[in-house]
Amino acid sequence: MSNLSTRRKPPRVGDAPLFRRSLIGIVLVLVAFVIVAPLVIIGVEAFSKGWQLYRDTVVHPDTLHAVMLTVLAALIAVPVNTVFGIAAAWAITKFDFWGKRFLLVVIEIPFSVSPIVAGVAYLFVYGLQGLFGPWLDAHDIKILFAVPGIIIASMFVTAPFVARELIPLMQAQGRDLEEASTSLGASGWRTFFAVTLPNVKWALLYGVILCNARVMGEFGAVSVVSGNIRGQTNTLPLHIELLYHDYNATGAFAAASILALIAVFTIIAKVALERQGAGRVRKQANPAEKTS
Amino acid sequence: MKIHLENVVKTFESFRAVKGVSLDIESGELVALLGPSGSGKTTILRMVAGLEYADGGAIYFGDQDATDIPVRDRGVGFVFQHYALFPHMTVADNIAFGMKVSKVKRDKAAIDQRVTDLLRLVRLEGLGDRFPAQISGGQRQRVALARALAVDPKVLLLDEPFGALDANVRRDLRRWLREIHSELGITTLFVTHDQEEALDLADRVVILKDGQIVQQGTPEEVCRDPKSAFVMKFLGDANVIAADVRDGRAHAGGLSVEAAGVAEGRAELYARPSDIDWSEQGPGIAAEITRVLDRADGRRVLATTGAGEALEFDVEPERVVKAGETGFVTLRRAKVFGV
Amino acid sequence: MRRRNVLPGLPLSLGVTLFYVGLIVVLPLAALAFKAASLGFEDYWRIVSSSRSMASYRVTVLSALGATAFNLFFGLALAWVITRYRFPGRRIVDAVVDLPFALPTAVAGIALTALFANSGWFGSVLEGFGIKVAYTPLGIMIAMCFTSLPFIVRTVQPVLEDLDPALEEAAQSLGGSDWTIFRKVILPLLAPALLAGVSLSFARCLGEFGAIIFIAGNQPMSTEITALLIFIRLEEYDYQAAAAIASVLLLAAFFMLTVTNWLQARALRYTVKG
Repeated sequence: MSNLSTRRKPPRVGDAPLFRRSLIGIVLVLVAFVIVAPLVIIGVEAFSKGWQLYRDTVVHPDTLHAVMLTVLAALIAVPVNTVFGIAAAWAITKFDFWGKRFLLVVIEIPFSVSPIVAGVAYLFVYGLQGLFGPWLDAHDIKILFAVPGIIIASMFVTAPFVARELIPLMQAQGRDLEEASTSLGASGWRTFFAVTLPNVKWALLYGVILCNARVMGEFGAVSVVSGNIRGQTNTLPLHIELLYHDYNATGAFAAASILALIAVFTIIAKVALERQGAGRVRKQANPAEKTS
Repeated sequence: MKIHLENVVKTFESFRAVKGVSLDIESGELVALLGPSGSGKTTILRMVAGLEYADGGAIYFGDQDATDIPVRDRGVGFVFQHYALFPHMTVADNIAFGMKVSKVKRDKAAIDQRVTDLLRLVRLEGLGDRFPAQISGGQRQRVALARALAVDPKVLLLDEPFGALDANVRRDLRRWLREIHSELGITTLFVTHDQEEALDLADRVVILKDGQIVQQGTPEEVCRDPKSAFVMKFLGDANVIAADVRDGRAHAGGLSVEAAGVAEGRAELYARPSDIDWSEQGPGIAAEITRVLDRADGRRVLATTGAGEALEFDVEPERVVKAGETGFVTLRRAKVFGV
Repeated sequence: MRRRNVLPGLPLSLGVTLFYVGLIVVLPLAALAFKAASLGFEDYWRIVSSSRSMASYRVTVLSALGATAFNLFFGLALAWVITRYRFPGRRIVDAVVDLPFALPTAVAGIALTALFANSGWFGSVLEGFGIKVAYTPLGIMIAMCFTSLPFIVRTVQPVLEDLDPALEEAAQSLGGSDWTIFRKVILPLLAPALLAGVSLSFARCLGEFGAIIFIAGNQPMSTEITALLIFIRLEEYDYQAAAAIASVLLLAAFFMLTVTNWLQARALRYTVKG
């Protein structure tokens, strides 16, 4: 007889207490060592020589300039990629056309390509030995080793971010709402802003935030095309490398702490947006499948 | 195997799903747990299987207290509502799974032979190499049954066995399940919300409401003698007419019906559509026909009584009735329940 | 069947998409391919098969394999713990899994170097056991582990969450032990997602640059990864060599992209209810 009032669940696979506790323990230790420790050491190293030195590094003109350039790159690359992401998602999810699957793969390419390869590729478009280089040079337009190059390289690296959040969601939502709106006489823009956008706003914001984090943190591609000119074409990640190789580790960590802070805020925003249902297309729960 | 449930209780979060259910299922019996959604029927089935643990009470398999035996040692065959076939295994591998993982070692030839026998039993010869995604819903249902039977369960448990199938397939499978049960004689408990399914298939029907048994008995017993308005309504269409009980009889309009054991005062008369007669002259309850529906198996009349109660009853297809006609209804059979 | 579409905006949205993809993605990669192709087969082969290039492939691929193998187990365990167990701090663990995605690679690079240098928190302890991490291939592996960990967790996690509990219950009711059910039912259903995560993770490791260059010794022939070799060739103004070696990484990326797409299509195979 078991007249216990405690509610017990039958054990699922892997619920044996010893196994469960050891697995949780191992995973927590590894997470602490592999993921949390690097974050902690940034703070520790940044303040290792005191608050004053930290402040000096952060407000140093070179650092501030790097911050400004990083923000500028984000201010241009993120909106452009947002517009692109929306356009791509609209074309791909609301229409059927030849080569759609191939286009989807092409949009995802920047995720798989090494940022270094991307940087090199841009050299062969805008560099002196590249396609447009001689023409650009003749007209005295500087793209490479200048700010425009940094922005374009950032765009490449983050091109898929917004699109890949929107496409699965808009695919799942189908075309019925837009068709209903159009049949009621709404224009395309009106339909987009009044019907489509409200249903995808969290996913859109989610994509924008991830895109922003990546733009601000991009290192490989930018380091190829920037020319690393101190106080001119240094973004924050490049500035960190510069300080680090100048044997100013504390300064490097101080600069890194700014980016680490942005990363932490990105994760907080991500979790908050996931609570709103962004980030993952959930299968529609079929009421008929609920057990009574 | 005889199953005995003794005052079984189950609570989810703050919701009491099962509030003290006691039930006996005789060896070899085929019993239906019938109730609307939320009545706790699936929870009871899952507790018998060991997929949920009871918070209170006990479950006996024969003389053995099975309350705390985990599902894998309980020796039940469970057929899930959506079958839960392993999608990455063929039909044959699905059926063989229980024998392969069992503590009782069987050699490969014996397993193959048993799979072949079971495929024949569920009439799926030749489909052993298919994957679940490649066969129809009714076929999947039968694979799920074969898989559950493969481990020689003491008890067979089925959760809404025909719920996901269309009406035709459902009727065929129902008849077929009854045959299999007669052939194997295995104690079987199944859950359904479909009264027709329960009445067609089961030796005994257990009707549940809000986590409690409200009535149980053979299909004949529950149909002919529903003990409450709920059971009356749940088992089929019923007309409700307000009545007054005086001196052991219920009075409504010009009618009076035997109502022994019902408290004096306001009450309700319940009558099946087939138990109502229509006539142009009284006596009876005055009513006006609002609509006539023609169906394949007869003619259904919708009417309103003088008191505004909606009635539905059947007349002979040859009988000429029109909307707007007035007349009187009499009751051939009726049940009276206090309000 | 092709139904007539009444929605507006195809020319504009598709136009913008194709123009942008063409300008930002296809044009540069085509330029790179063109540059590499203009070398001629013999020169190309000489560059990509030089002993220094070969050594860089070896260290990159071996480290990527090691890192991916570690993440296969760690990522699966992490996804399992997050989805199947309830314990204090679970939500925090779930959130920090994304840290390697959010943290810039250069920041991760200097942080890992500080941890694993001889004087660092971990480096000093490991030195006691005679294990050197910083400036060795092991360091490259650790940097790769860090940056690619979320791929496996985040591809496996949704599949694990959506796994129909009835499948496991069915296996239990048929008498299967935990280990048998994991091996014969759960793992096969996770396998396509797990493999897709592995291929994503491996692709990321092959191309990783920022996190590695700080912790690797960057010694030619031993701790110089392919991405760095490209960078060095650029700094030497040897653009042809840079193009040739970059094209090797690009081909590897395309290959992994194909594999991943194929695996992801398979990963969805069992989730479609017939």
